[in-house]
Amino acid sequence: MATLEIRDLHVSVEADNATKEILKGVDLTVKQGETHAIMGPNGSGKSTLAYSLAGHPKYTITSGTVTLDGEDVLEMSVDERARAGVFLAMQYPVEVPGVSVSNFLRTSATAIRGEAPKLRTWVKEVKESMERLNMDPSFAERNVNEGFSGGEKKRHEILQLELLKPKIAILDETDSGLDVDALRIVSEGVNRVRESGDTGTLLITHYTRILRYIKPDHVHVFAGGRIAESGGPELADKLEAEGYEAYTKGGTAQ
Amino acid sequence: MAEASIPVGSTTAGSIAVAAESTVATRMSAPPSFDVADFPVPHGREEEWRFTPLERLRGLHDGTAIAVRDGVRVEVEAPEGVTVETVGAGDARLGKAGTPVDRVAAQAYSAVEKASVITVPKETVLTEPIRISVQGTGETAYGHQVIELGAFAEAVVVIDHTGTGVLAANVDYLIGDGAKLTVVSIQDWDEKAVHVGQHNALVGRDASFKSVIVTFGGDLVRLHPRVTYAATGGEAQLFGLYFTDRAQHHEHRLLVDHNKPHNTSNVAYKGALQGEAAHAVWIGDVLIRAAAEGTDTYELNRNLVLTDGARVDSVPNLEIETGEIAGAGHASATGRFDDEQLFYLMARGIPAAEARRLVVRGFFAELVQQIGVPDVQERLIDKIEAELEASL
Ligand SMILES: Nc1ncnc2c1ncn2[C@@H]1O[C@H](COP(=O)(O)OP(=O)(O)O)[C@@H](O)[C@H]1O
Ligand SMILES: [Mg+2]
Repeated sequence: MATLEIRDLHVSVEADNATKEILKGVDLTVKQGETHAIMGPNGSGKSTLAYSLAGHPKYTITSGTVTLDGEDVLEMSVDERARAGVFLAMQYPVEVPGVSVSNFLRTSATAIRGEAPKLRTWVKEVKESMERLNMDPSFAERNVNEGFSGGEKKRHEILQLELLKPKIAILDETDSGLDVDALRIVSEGVNRVRESGDTGTLLITHYTRILRYIKPDHVHVFAGGRIAESGGPELADKLEAEGYEAYTKGGTAQ
Repeated sequence: MAEASIPVGSTTAGSIAVAAESTVATRMSAPPSFDVADFPVPHGREEEWRFTPLERLRGLHDGTAIAVRDGVRVEVEAPEGVTVETVGAGDARLGKAGTPVDRVAAQAYSAVEKASVITVPKETVLTEPIRISVQGTGETAYGHQVIELGAFAEAVVVIDHTGTGVLAANVDYLIGDGAKLTVVSIQDWDEKAVHVGQHNALVGRDASFKSVIVTFGGDLVRLHPRVTYAATGGEAQLFGLYFTDRAQHHEHRLLVDHNKPHNTSNVAYKGALQGEAAHAVWIGDVLIRAAAEGTDTYELNRNLVLTDGARVDSVPNLEIETGEIAGAGHASATGRFDDEQLFYLMARGIPAAEARRLVVRGFFAELVQQIGVPDVQERLIDKIEAELEASL
């Protein structure tokens, strides 16, 4: 069973000629088939964790380890991590002018699967996934994320999740900026992937709203660059009632 | 593209001058003339020469570049119905579309003994392109070509420059009323070639002119595509792509002279640069004269800088002498390769080299699609891939 293990992860960024530590010792284990919700206030370092796992060059790992089934993830380049089975649905997906969604998806699937998918089954696969996510077929001919609405960008991320079937899916605030209908559609997409039992999910969110659609096995409160408390789904109910104040006031946050 | 991150040393200036003194005219150190003696030998500080390394012009600018007979081989492949003539320097059609604006163009005009004139008779609609191959033989040459379309004729012309040598040439396009001309000029020179050219288009009433300039090769290429209108209802599209490598100098200086009312122009040039001392210069002058009410114009230049050490000078310049226009705008942006795009693609398993290819292809894609000549489009994409291959 695939397992992502994060041990004592410290991460810093360079900003204004100074080094700023953002992650201050994160410990977390995510197994295939499990869903972990990571909840925390703005600026607590959730995206930093997500980007660091995917290998964004802006973030420097100063200490700690990340392994996927014992393999050192931190040694891998960004594309190697993706091919090893780590997927990041981004909070702010990037526009790539002049590159069509269909070309992008096929190039990506070819890289991840190690061979070009058979054209006939591929076209059908994409079409069906798009239908389930309520995406118009004309979407495939548009340029990646160019002129997409917030909701379209998030659907496009989940479309990739469904097509690439990663071992570990990191969803960074996939819920933010979505109306209720879009939230439901996107959540259903995530749940289809979860139901396969092959994917471990790290669901990063600011709000408890999405947890009505996607039921986590574990909930972690993220504050001040580390996990401040872990528990079961009941922890989300507590956050819903009390907010993050207890964690940010207690001195765990900056 | 991260438009804010202008590479060190690059400039993107830009101005819209309304009813001011014409900087287009004052920018030139002498008025247009067919006589080389009317232009002083440039010293390099003149506005029109300040970006050009004169020492690499191999004497084209100071009278020391002496042409040899057949210094370039020109072959014309024309479909039936097209007339191809070789004429003497005195032929009345030479220089009808425009007058040399700098010393090199005047030198070429003064030095040529023979010119080619290609005529597409009125109402003749070609289904195959006219292909002109200009092949350098390592020598110095001056050239002049005229392409004339009669009323309502339609043609596509592909001019392909290969080989090496030193060439200064004038090309005239005379586009009759209601005619449609597409010209693709490909500068696919070997690395030592020097090519300076002035292209003059005279757009007839309700005529369309599309110019596509594609510059890859050469040590130094400096082209002046220029458009004026004979009447109203004309349309000019000026597209350009360049891929400027280590130590190459590619300079494109455009002028659209809206001298008559109710004409349109659309200019879009895109360039990628890589390698130490790669230098691209883009000057986009659009002049809307007092008489040119109803003008609609837009010009754009975008540059993608792939490595350190490359430099871009991009100067759009729009001068408006009448308030009665339909639209006028300009944009210029020079950006580095966008690391966020690269990260996004790589985060989907795509290896770095392939991700870079996708981004650069994407950068040029929209422009390539507008060329409308399939074999040229394919060759261009292959060429872009080969350029990238060489850098990775
Ligand atoms: N690339 C960066 N450069 C500078 N500071 C950053 C960068 N990324 C994140 N930060 C800072 O790190 C902190 C955590 O940010 P982030 O990880 O985005 O938090 P969250 O996703 O929980 O809102 C913030 O103070 C933010 O300003
Ligand atoms: Mg965030």
